Amino acid sequence: MTSRGAPLTRRSVRWLDQRTASAPLLRKALRYLFPDHWSFLLGEVALYAFVVLVATGIYLTFFFVDSTKEVVYHGGYAPLYGQRVSEAYASVVHLSLFVRAGLLIRQTHHWAANVFIAAIVLHLFRIFFTGAYRKPRELTYWLGVTMLTLALLEAYVGYSLVDDLMSGMGLAIGYSVGLAIPFVGENLMNWLFDGMFPGSEQLWPRMYIAHVLIFPVLIAVLLTLHLLLVAMRHHTQFRRTKAQTEHTIVGIPAWPGQTPRSLGLLIGTAGVLFLLGGLVQINPIWLWGPYHTYSSTNGAQPDWYLGWLIGGLRLVPSFDLTIAGYTLVPNPFWGGAAFPLVVFGFLYLWPWLERRFTGDQAFHNLLDRPRDAPVRTAIGIAMIGWVFLVFLAGASDRVDVTFGLAYVSQIWVYRVLVWVLPVLFGLIAWWVCRELQAGERVLGERHEAEAEARLARPL
Amino acid sequence: MRAVLTIAGLAATGLLAAGAAGAAPPKHGLAAYGDHLYGQYCLGCHGPNAAGRLKQPASSTGAAPGRAQGQQGGIGPSLHGVGALAADFYLRTGYMPLRRVGLQPRRGRVFFGEHEIRALTAYVANFGGPAIPQPKPERGSLSQGLALFTEHCAGCHQVVAQGGLVTGAVPPALVEATPLEVAEAVRIGPYVMPKFSQRAITDRQLDSIVRYVEFTKDPPRQGGWGLGFLGPVAEGLVTWFLAIPALLVLCLLLGRRLRS
Amino acid sequence: MPALPPNPGAELAALALLGLSSLAALGFILIYAFGASLPDETQLLGASMGLALLFLAAALIVVGLRLVPSEEVAEAYPPQEHPGEQQVIAELVDESGTRFTRRRLFKLGLLGAGGTLGLAVLTPAASFGPLFHVGDFLRTPWRRGRRLVDEHGVPYRAADIERNDFYLAFPEGVSDEEKEQMAASLVVIRLDPAQLDLPPDLKGYDAHGILAYSRICTHAGCAITLYRAPLFQPAEPKPALVCPCHYSTFDPATGGTVTFGPAGRNLPLLPVFVDSKGFLRAKGNFNGPVGPSWWGVRMWKAQP
Repeated sequence: MTSRGAPLTRRSVRWLDQRTASAPLLRKALRYLFPDHWSFLLGEVALYAFVVLVATGIYLTFFFVDSTKEVVYHGGYAPLYGQRVSEAYASVVHLSLFVRAGLLIRQTHHWAANVFIAAIVLHLFRIFFTGAYRKPRELTYWLGVTMLTLALLEAYVGYSLVDDLMSGMGLAIGYSVGLAIPFVGENLMNWLFDGMFPGSEQLWPRMYIAHVLIFPVLIAVLLTLHLLLVAMRHHTQFRRTKAQTEHTIVGIPAWPGQTPRSLGLLIGTAGVLFLLGGLVQINPIWLWGPYHTYSSTNGAQPDWYLGWLIGGLRLVPSFDLTIAGYTLVPNPFWGGAAFPLVVFGFLYLWPWLERRFTGDQAFHNLLDRPRDAPVRTAIGIAMIGWVFLVFLAGASDRVDVTFGLAYVSQIWVYRVLVWVLPVLFGLIAWWVCRELQAGERVLGERHEAEAEARLARPL
Repeated sequence: MRAVLTIAGLAATGLLAAGAAGAAPPKHGLAAYGDHLYGQYCLGCHGPNAAGRLKQPASSTGAAPGRAQGQQGGIGPSLHGVGALAADFYLRTGYMPLRRVGLQPRRGRVFFGEHEIRALTAYVANFGGPAIPQPKPERGSLSQGLALFTEHCAGCHQVVAQGGLVTGAVPPALVEATPLEVAEAVRIGPYVMPKFSQRAITDRQLDSIVRYVEFTKDPPRQGGWGLGFLGPVAEGLVTWFLAIPALLVLCLLLGRRLRS
Repeated sequence: MPALPPNPGAELAALALLGLSSLAALGFILIYAFGASLPDETQLLGASMGLALLFLAAALIVVGLRLVPSEEVAEAYPPQEHPGEQQVIAELVDESGTRFTRRRLFKLGLLGAGGTLGLAVLTPAASFGPLFHVGDFLRTPWRRGRRLVDEHGVPYRAADIERNDFYLAFPEGVSDEEKEQMAASLVVIRLDPAQLDLPPDLKGYDAHGILAYSRICTHAGCAITLYRAPLFQPAEPKPALVCPCHYSTFDPATGGTVTFGPAGRNLPLLPVFVDSKGFLRAKGNFNGPVGPSWWGVRMWKAQP
């Protein structure tokens, strides 16, 4: 380091410390340790996708009109000319096709949403399979699962705001799933929508405020708490070297080692998202046309992170649970509400369940490798398999169209497979973990024997 | 000279008489050749005199190109009143001959040559019915087309005509459909497709629909790679197989692995 | 901090990447300013911005991996807990309550006040929408004698409804806004009366084979815009109304019964008749509530 920079640095730090008394905190922060493993960066990727979402989202708010009032389209896109569309839809068509860089920002925003949730899911897998959620980090974990729920809702509301044909169908389905909640369903949904579907003219401003203010603030607050907790308890680590123990953390300091890496990941994530935003078309809503309750199109699907729900809705056989003429549980409840409730219930309860069944009440700063906890890994793989199979079932109509496998037959096969295969996956995962563990033991024994042999025979 | 004229006159009268007879098998010209072809490839399912066949004959495997007469047999609708419109459609797309009764007719290798198609069409036209239409997409309105397509067609064919699914059939994508084929299919309602008469969709409206279908063959992709205009399924695949691997590469660059 | 030797190669690489990033960013600005006529404008903007960011990221990565010291450091995890501090806090809280004699009652009082106050604060949220109004689910814009019209308000004659076609219909006189109500839109078809097999309670709901079903699927509220209309019935699947969302398949000949798919309730049927001038009119209201099911839906009939 040259001596020319030093007086400036010293002067700046002094200025800051005199006004904020933050030098001790800053010193701790700069020397905060980041254990080094690539999978620990997945949460950061999600965070950076969120940053891109907020930045691009703010830009979009300057163009979007949150109104379902119908107007006759007189803009420059010929196929819509003269058609009745909502102001919301017209504003997004205008932004996409007639505002310079508008389509780039809009597509980047949508890709960022898809990547945000994908990164959270990968991060969740890492947390689960390494046991990072164990004491003392349960709070951090629950905050994370809550953020996943919020992100799903936020994204769903976000793409529904456009009021195009496909997302409008999706909104009707969401309403119907809510309606299917026993006893409270129809009150709850009419209360939310301010009337029967498609709701009143208050609905759109409500969704808009939820999407641009309420959900983002909630996510930001939970995210801050989440990161604070991670920092206060310090990050978990693998036992890669002997120096890493339950009591000693080994990692790269925030400054100068980790900072350029994290910054590079932030800028790199943004770069990937902008590349996608410009080069790969996403949600070309001008092609779908406006939504009307009496219109629909074939091939309508939700965004990928809700694909498991469309699979659930399609797989459940035809029945409304009715007792003595009294409809207790309408059909969409099982695939659209009960299924995600079970999955998220599992996620929330898991730390407690594991503690209960293994009796492990200890503090954990060291992480397991997936093979070190065969039962946990097996159950996790089984759950993932279950959700993924239902997700696949949701795309079986396009499989029929593309590969000719009859849809009706696929549905029947999936109805069986989604219960049988996850058990099989879990068993295989458990077996693989045990085999890997055994293999390590054998390898260890062999190395010992070879070492002994070398000692006995000087060369 | 007079002899030639007399013979010509007699021949003309004969042809006129044959044409006026309608149901009688044509003896001369294109339609007669069509009758011959009909006997070879269509009779087995569509019955003698194109009257249709509702009862399965002994071997009911349906017609197939090159199969001998004796091996064919199946059921099929009457062709009376379907007109040159239907014959032209089914033959040009390769929907007919159908390989097996009960299968959905699909676009396939067109077995017949141009001359054969004209002949068969002339033969079927003998039994009455609409002529081959002449759609004029340039007279249609694109926005009317989108509205009409959404109302009548998008439920099965998807709003950008990428094809779809209905229980029991696969409505095809329309990327290969010529304007003429679209106009014909709308009026026929092949397989389980609804049939839209002039009352339901006027010729002018049909022009707009045809124009819109042409538009869907190359929709505007201002946003970049179109991903088949299918929507979220393809976008999800890009997320997980393009974006995430790219980001994972970044993570692997920046972070250690356990084994190193 | 350990002193490491300089790495001029890495510095050069990082500088070069920074330069490339600046060029790409400049390119973005130029394309934005002058590229309006380009058809691939979005692609060029995205590529230039993306590359600008990726080059910058690459420069930062080179700095992070090759230029700044990034040796691992060991240090102690913070203690699992702080028993001393915990003790002090606990004592502080306990000692502050020594003047209270009726502790449990006071706690109850606070809980009660807090709870009811919390409820009171939440109560205005009830105004967000109608609560306890089951009637909304049963109301339809259909009345006896109301004509069926198309999207442009032109009334349907029975003769307009042809076999193997399906029609979008609304009640005469509804506004564009009212058309969006789920109970407004219909899918009208005509079957051969000989094919009909309506249950006893639906006898007479058709008008010589013309059937007017609710257009909204009873599963999850999508519009039913698929009509399976066989050209040659002996070799093809029977007529069916199908929903594109989850492929609920309804048999129109038997009163909208579900033959495949998840819908749990039959498709509601509107009784229709043909008036003296040949126009289609509603004979009454649907045989059941329209749209997706809710608890108790089977207890009610649709109301005008």
